[in-house]
Amino acid sequence: MRAFEYTRADSAESAAAEAGKNTRARFLAGGTNLLDLMKEDIERPDQLIDLNRLNMTEITESGDCIRLGALVSNTDTANHPLIKQHFPLLTQAILAGASQQIRNMATNGGNLNQRTRCAYFYDTAMPCNKREPGSGCGAVGGLNRMHAIFGWSPECVAVHPSDMCVALAALDATVQVVDSQGVAREIPFANYHRLPGDSPHKDNTLAPGELITSIELTKNKMAPHSHYLKVRDRASYAFALVSVAAALHLDGNKIGKARVALGGVAHKPWRVNQMEDFLQGKPAEDEIFVDAAALAVKTARPLERNAFKVDLARRAIVRALQKARDGGMV
Amino acid sequence: MGKYIGKEFSRVDGVAKVTGAAPYAAEFHVPGTAHGYLVMSRIAKGTITKIDTAAAEKSPGVVRVFTHKNTPKFAHPEKYKSFKALQSPEIVFNAQPIAVVVAETFEEARAAANLVEATYRREDPSTDFFGRVEEAEQAPDSPFSGKSVQTTGDAEQAMSSAEITFEAEYTIPAEHHNPMEPHAAVAYWKNGKLKIFDKSQDVYTVRSNLAAALGVPEDDVHVVSPYVGGAFGCSIRTNYYPFLTAMMARELKRPVKLVYTRRQMFTGHGYRPFTHQKIQLGAKKTGELISIIHEAANNTSTVEKWNDSTTRFTRHIYACPNMKTIQRLVKTDLPTPCAMRAPGAVSGMFALESALDELSYKLDMDPLELRLKNYAEVDPANGKPYSTKALRECYRRGAEKFGWDKRQPIPRSMREGNELIGYGMSTGIWYAFQQPATVKVVLKADGTAQLTSATSDIGPGTYTVMTIIAAEYLGIAPEKISFGLGDTQMPKAPVQGGSWTTASVGSAVHGAAMKLKSRLLSLAQKDKDSPLQGLGPDEVVLLDGRLQNRKQTSNGVSIVGILKAEGMDSMTEVHKETPSKIREDYQLLAHGAQFVEVRVDEQLGMVRVSRAVEATACGKIMNPKTSHSQEMGGVVWGIGMALTEHTEVDDRFGRIMNPSLADYHVPCCADVRKVDTDFIEEDDRVVNPLGVKGMGELGMVGIPAAISNAVYHATGKRIRHLPMTPDKVLKA
Ligand SMILES: Cc1cc2nc3c(=O)[nH]c(=O)nc-3n(C[C@H](O)[C@H](O)[C@H](O)COP(=O)(O)OP(=O)(O)OC[C@H]3O[C@@H](n4cnc5c(N)ncnc54)[C@H](O)[C@@H]3O)c2cc1C
Ligand code: SF4
Repeated sequence: MRAFEYTRADSAESAAAEAGKNTRARFLAGGTNLLDLMKEDIERPDQLIDLNRLNMTEITESGDCIRLGALVSNTDTANHPLIKQHFPLLTQAILAGASQQIRNMATNGGNLNQRTRCAYFYDTAMPCNKREPGSGCGAVGGLNRMHAIFGWSPECVAVHPSDMCVALAALDATVQVVDSQGVAREIPFANYHRLPGDSPHKDNTLAPGELITSIELTKNKMAPHSHYLKVRDRASYAFALVSVAAALHLDGNKIGKARVALGGVAHKPWRVNQMEDFLQGKPAEDEIFVDAAALAVKTARPLERNAFKVDLARRAIVRALQKARDGGMV
Repeated sequence: MGKYIGKEFSRVDGVAKVTGAAPYAAEFHVPGTAHGYLVMSRIAKGTITKIDTAAAEKSPGVVRVFTHKNTPKFAHPEKYKSFKALQSPEIVFNAQPIAVVVAETFEEARAAANLVEATYRREDPSTDFFGRVEEAEQAPDSPFSGKSVQTTGDAEQAMSSAEITFEAEYTIPAEHHNPMEPHAAVAYWKNGKLKIFDKSQDVYTVRSNLAAALGVPEDDVHVVSPYVGGAFGCSIRTNYYPFLTAMMARELKRPVKLVYTRRQMFTGHGYRPFTHQKIQLGAKKTGELISIIHEAANNTSTVEKWNDSTTRFTRHIYACPNMKTIQRLVKTDLPTPCAMRAPGAVSGMFALESALDELSYKLDMDPLELRLKNYAEVDPANGKPYSTKALRECYRRGAEKFGWDKRQPIPRSMREGNELIGYGMSTGIWYAFQQPATVKVVLKADGTAQLTSATSDIGPGTYTVMTIIAAEYLGIAPEKISFGLGDTQMPKAPVQGGSWTTASVGSAVHGAAMKLKSRLLSLAQKDKDSPLQGLGPDEVVLLDGRLQNRKQTSNGVSIVGILKAEGMDSMTEVHKETPSKIREDYQLLAHGAQFVEVRVDEQLGMVRVSRAVEATACGKIMNPKTSHSQEMGGVVWGIGMALTEHTEVDDRFGRIMNPSLADYHVPCCADVRKVDTDFIEEDDRVVNPLGVKGMGELGMVGIPAAISNAVYHATGKRIRHLPMTPDKVLKA
């Protein structure tokens, strides 16, 4: 960790304005990701803008919209009655991530902006285009068992590590941000994170200095039929090999609407619209799920060590859809 | 059962540990301490051509930057082959220390460490052990497991004539100990003498190694290590950091502290090596083994030959007339491996006990029945009788507790929802070692006793068990006993390893107590009217603070009374206990039987160990509470080895890529479900005066094989390559 200046922000606008002045500044929320990366000498900010005094700490309801403040902890979000009632998928996804202690510290804004867990990104002795543009990608020809099977580029094959974001993607959330000029805008979740392309150092579509103020969700009819499934190397406290957030709007046995997002497979939570369209109007039956899952992995491009993820993703989609249909929160 | 021995007893150091009163190495605060931070190499093999420390030296708070250029040469004897830090520009493994930045604070040292720049002449490293098994060379003999090639009968000949044969290969990746406490040392010099607080399982060896390296008499080196936050073997050898810490303190003339980061722990000490094994079994159709050939290879470094003794128990467990074991090594550009809980044993038994399970299916025989059919009544390699061996009872009791009779013999025949259920079992084995150990006992006239011996307590409960033994044989309440350890100013004890501490140091405590009893008796008998007149030492006993007639306990005198009558404040005994000669006439082993149930979500490749039952026979159980913890810990370790643990090396760079607790997966609470432990006590009069055998390592020995066998039983898929992560389960 290197020396840095510490600034305490007192409003969202002033925080964004401060960040707009210095490209080497970073926002500090729970610190569970940023401080680790600073200790490993991966993030080297010369200024930390502490957000913890900002009043983005509430979950509010207005009409069909539920708004999650950027500074609400992951734990409080998961356990909030409004979330449990309307978005149990989100509760389940958050609780599948990290550990109780980390979730207590972690914030919703920080969760969106957490960085990849690619081992090469984490080791400054190794090449990594995300950490050091132009240095090459260590993982593409190396230990890439944990890496992407969708949407990667030769420049970067990393995956986004969040569980929460997979549920937010399936729930069509929007991200509210404010820029350094004080101008607010709204980003649909599908456009929030990005694919690596030739600029893997950019994880998302935020402009420099832009601050997340909240995340908005619109109530839907899928709460009784949603499920988050996470396949991992140990029973808890491990990142996903593959995860699936599945939500169905069922009309009797008929699928009115389906929302499915995958985690652990791409540089962003992975939605397959083609599969969702396929499911719409069909009966919620195993054979349909199997066909849908096959559609979802059709475009998969595995790397040398992660071919298993293609099959695993297919199976996990089927299981998650079955669980969602059966109304299983377990 | 004694008054204290054999009863449930909580840890005497428990409160100190949970309240933070127990200091670990890095927590000794010495005024004026400067803080070191290691800088590690970024290549695995080659030479440092230039190392630029200028920017680091100018960084705030920096006191000095040590590199190979300004570090004095250590005076290690020629035979000391272990890696030595900062002694040359040569790089022999990736993430090797190349500099230490010392600063006023830890944060300043860490910040400046980022500014040290090295330039290398790079060579291609070779770390792909499994790709190079063919090149393996014969291992050197081992002090513990003997010759690297061992034979009984003619294994090849018998194999070729066997009715049924089986052959398979098994692999185990490197694994790291990952104790909670990072390695650390705090050192300072005063009047030419060194005092060093270190995390160590063996303070005396640290002392002699430091003395030799630094060119000072051993008496001028004082090593202190009262608490160790887990070690499992990674603090048996003297790692490179105490040499650096002591050197820096001498050069800077002030106390210096050096602590490994988690990342640095992955190359700052050894690890369980990569292991490749081939097992061949020959048997009669009726199940009797007639030949076992066990070939093992493990990786080592380029500086030392580490023989992991993978085949160490193969010739001592089943009644097979023809056996051959071979141990080989492959040099790799990695650090030297070291002992890791049940070294060799758990690796070797993973292969042998998996192979036996495979054979049982070939024979269409219950796996437990196959073991019983080949039960060894005497040691098959040397014909010696076992001092005691209650393995048969372990099988029986374990099977009963587990419900082995409910096993449907055919794989894939047990299921619940999405999960296939499998039962697996295995045999565990470890030694009943004993080493010479010395203990000092001071019996005080205030009714208390102080004991000291320079052993260690890496977690098994050594403080506690020594207190129990002392209380039992000195006849003093445990609250009135203090036991000190981990200090070279205390009498010499062996390294805490090999599961021999209770047998070695505990026997010394017992021996000292016996001597004190005799001395107290002669003093008491000075009094002509003593009720103990005419009795010999064997006819009296120390109990409840009194020396009394064993048969007629009302006849006795208080210990305090005897000392007071002599005008003594205290009575001191220093006793060295050595293993008895009769041990040589026996084979001395501890055994166990392990049964596990797994549930495999075959669609998703996820395995969980839903139940484990361990029945263990390791002599006398001194403290059932901590013994249960030891065996439970063994099961947890076995789960990690079987399912999750794996040190991953990118062979292109020769670099370990998962050096963190987030990425190196030790089992977490959710991975450990029901663990049942049971002990079949053995009354062993041969092993040592206490009748105790090794237990700490034993508990994990059979677990990985039992889990793999259960996975096969559940799924019909045999996974011979650990760990059994979801990708392997899906692929099998
Ligand atoms: C060992 C470990 C295991 C984990 N396992 C999982 C897991 O299994 N699943 C999972 O989903 N997560 C996991 N996590 C990640 C965890 O969820 C994140 O670290 C956490 O959500 C980050 O939140 P934070 O508030 O601490 O962010 P910080 O560390 O404070 O910040 C992270 C990043 O977000 C930026 N940021 C923070 N707030 C804002 C804002 N309002 N606007 C703009 N930028 C902002 C920061 O500048 C920084 O770049 C794990 C973490 C650890 C350490
Ligand atoms: S996958 Fe991305 S993050 Fe990982 S090494 Fe390649 S560029 Fe870096």
